[in-house]
Amino acid sequence: MDTLTLTIGAILFSATSLIYATIGEILTERSGILNLGLEGLMMMGALSGFAVCYHTHSLFLSVIVALIVGALMSSIHAFLTITMKASQVVSGLSLTIFGVGLANFLGERLGPESNSFQLTGLEAPRFEQIAIPFLHEIPIIGPVFHQDLLTYIVYLLIPLSWFFVYKTKYGLELQAVGENPRTAEAMGINVIRLRYIYTIVGGMLVSLGGSHLTLSYMSGWNENKTDGRGWIVIALVIFAMWDPKKAILGALLFGGISALQLSLQAGGITFIPASFLDMLPYLATVLVLICLTIWEIVSKRKFGAPASLGVNFMREEK
Amino acid sequence: MMQAENKKSFLKKLALCFMLAFFISTGAAFAKFKVAFIYIGPPGDLGWTYEHDRGRKQALDALGAKIETKYIENVAEGTDSARVIERYARSGFNMIIATSFGYMDGMLKVAKKYPKVYFEHCSGYKTHDNMSTYFGRMYQPRYLSGMVAGKATKTNVIGYVAAFPIPEVVRGINAFTLGVKAVNPKAVVRVVWSNTWYSPTKEKEAAVALLNQGADVISQHQDTTEPQKAARDRGVVSIGYDTDMRPFVGDSVLVSPYWNWGQYYTKTIKDAMDGTWKKHQYWGGLKEGIVALSDFSSKVPKSVQKQIMMKHQQIVDGEWDVFWGPIKDQSGKVVINAGDKMQDGAMLGMSFFVEGVIGKVK
Repeated sequence: MDTLTLTIGAILFSATSLIYATIGEILTERSGILNLGLEGLMMMGALSGFAVCYHTHSLFLSVIVALIVGALMSSIHAFLTITMKASQVVSGLSLTIFGVGLANFLGERLGPESNSFQLTGLEAPRFEQIAIPFLHEIPIIGPVFHQDLLTYIVYLLIPLSWFFVYKTKYGLELQAVGENPRTAEAMGINVIRLRYIYTIVGGMLVSLGGSHLTLSYMSGWNENKTDGRGWIVIALVIFAMWDPKKAILGALLFGGISALQLSLQAGGITFIPASFLDMLPYLATVLVLICLTIWEIVSKRKFGAPASLGVNFMREEK
Repeated sequence: MMQAENKKSFLKKLALCFMLAFFISTGAAFAKFKVAFIYIGPPGDLGWTYEHDRGRKQALDALGAKIETKYIENVAEGTDSARVIERYARSGFNMIIATSFGYMDGMLKVAKKYPKVYFEHCSGYKTHDNMSTYFGRMYQPRYLSGMVAGKATKTNVIGYVAAFPIPEVVRGINAFTLGVKAVNPKAVVRVVWSNTWYSPTKEKEAAVALLNQGADVISQHQDTTEPQKAARDRGVVSIGYDTDMRPFVGDSVLVSPYWNWGQYYTKTIKDAMDGTWKKHQYWGGLKEGIVALSDFSSKVPKSVQKQIMMKHQQIVDGEWDVFWGPIKDQSGKVVINAGDKMQDGAMLGMSFFVEGVIGKVK
C-alpha cells in the first residue's frame, strides 16, 4: 500500500478518540455547561477500559465500564456546577487534575501481583481492524473502510448526533437550554434535569473516546497515556462551532497535521525544523480559531457558543 | 566530705560523657547511608527509568542494611529540579543521583552549597569536587544492534524514532548506522524526531510514519516500548533499547542494547561509604559491563549472531572501536581518516550525521 493511503488510515484511526470526545463535549456545552475536565475523563476512560479488559478479556465489558466511569466522574462536575452553583471553570479543571492523578495512581495498583500490581507493560485484547469487502481496497479512501468497531460506530454517531441536535424536539430543547435557560424554564423545560443529563452523557462519550486509546489505538497502559488530547478537544469543540457534524473536521485537521509532520520527517523532507513541525497542529488550531472570530466580527453573524455557556442557572423562586 | 562528694559527682559526669560519646559514635556507625534517586519518568516506562530503578534495587541487594534509598519520579528538567535535589540534600541524604541530562545545572548549584553530600549526574559533563558524572558507551552495543538490523532488512529502509537532536542521541544514530552499513551498504536509516523522551502516543505515531515510508526494521532512542509495538503490529521487526524488550513486546524485537547501572551504583555508593570516593567522569563501555547487548531473538540466524559476537569480542578486547576511521559524513566528506580514532571530547559533542542517515540534526 502506498504511503498516502497508509497515512490517511493512520489519521482516521487517530481521530476516533478525538471525535467521540468532541461530540460529547458539544452536547455538554450545548446545554450551557462548560466541562474542562476532559483530560481527566479521557485518562480515567483509558485506564478503566484497559484495567477491565486485562482482567476480564471482555472488550464489551470494558466499554461498559468506561462509560460508567465517565458518567460517575462527570456527575461530580454536574453536581458541583448545577446544584451547588460552583464555578464551572474551577470545577472542570479540578476534575482534570483529579482524573489524571487518579488514573496514574490506579495504574500502579490495579495490575496483577506478578507485575507488582502495575498495569504497565501488559497487553490485553484489542478491537480488531475489520475490513469491509471490496470497499477497503479503493485507493486513497480505502482506509475509511478498514477500521475498528469503535471507529465504525463513530461514523454513525456523527450524523445521528447532528440529526438529534438540529432535527428533533429533544435537540431543540437542548439548544434552548443552552441559549436562554430562563425562557426555556418558563416554557416548561426542566433546565436542571436536562443539564444533568447532557453533562453526564457528554462525559460518557469523552470517557469512551479515552478508552479507544487503550482498547484499540494502542494496547496497554503508560502513565499520562492520553498525553494532552483532552485539552485539544476543548479547542476542537469551538472549531466545530458546536455542530456535531463538524466535529470530524477539527479532529482530521489536528490529526492530519500531526501525521503530516511525522511523514515529512520520515520521508526525508528536512528543510523545515522538526520542532516547528511539532508545533504546527496546535498553531493551525489557534489560527483557525482566530479566523473564525474575525469572520464572526466581519460578517456580523454569530457562530457562537450557546449564549449561556459557563453561566450557572439559578432557578427563580416562585 | 565536700572534696570526696565533688570528686564523685565529677566522675559521674565524666562517665556520663563517655557513655554519651560511645552511644553517639555507635549510633553514627549504625546510621544508614541515605541515597536519593531523581528520575525523569516513571519506573513503569519499561525503558530508561526502569533500568535505573533496576540498578537501584541491585545496589540495595548488594549493600543491604547499610543503605537506604528513596526515589522520586517525573521530575521536570530545568530550574525546578534544583529545588527537588536541594530538598534531599537538606534532609540528611548522603548521596543524590540524578538520571537525566537536564538536571545538570540544577545539581551543580546544589552541589556547591552542600560540600558534604555526594552528587552523581548521569549523561552530563559538569563536575565539582563533590559532583561526578557517569554514563555508558551505549554507542558500542548500538553499533552491534545496527549490524543485526542491516542483516534483517529486506526493503533496505530502517526507521529510527529519536527524541532530541543532542550529541548523545546523534552519536547513537551514527553508531547504529555504521553497524548497518558495515553489513549492508545499500541500506539507509531514516530518522524522525519526536521531541520528547516519554510520550507513548508520539513515539507510536512517529514509528507509524516511518513504517508508512517502507521501513521494515524500527529502532529508537526513546523511553517506552511503543515504537517496537507499532512495528510488531505491522508484522515487522525492531531493535529494542534501554532494556531487553522481548518480555514486553515479543520475539519481533531482534536484540536490545541495554543499561547495567546496578554495578556502577553499588561501587560508587560503597566508595562513598568507605570514604574512598573521588570526583570522576565515568564513561564505561561493553568491557566494563555498564552497557550490554541482550540475548538475540530466535528470529536472528545463528550465523549472524556469531558475526555480531565476534565484533563484540573485538570491542571488549580493545582491538577495535566504533568511531575509528574511516568515517564519512552525510555529504560524503571524510571526517575521520582511516587509522585515526575519534577522541572522547569529539564524541561527546557530536553534531553531524554519518553517511547513510536520512534526516537532519535539527
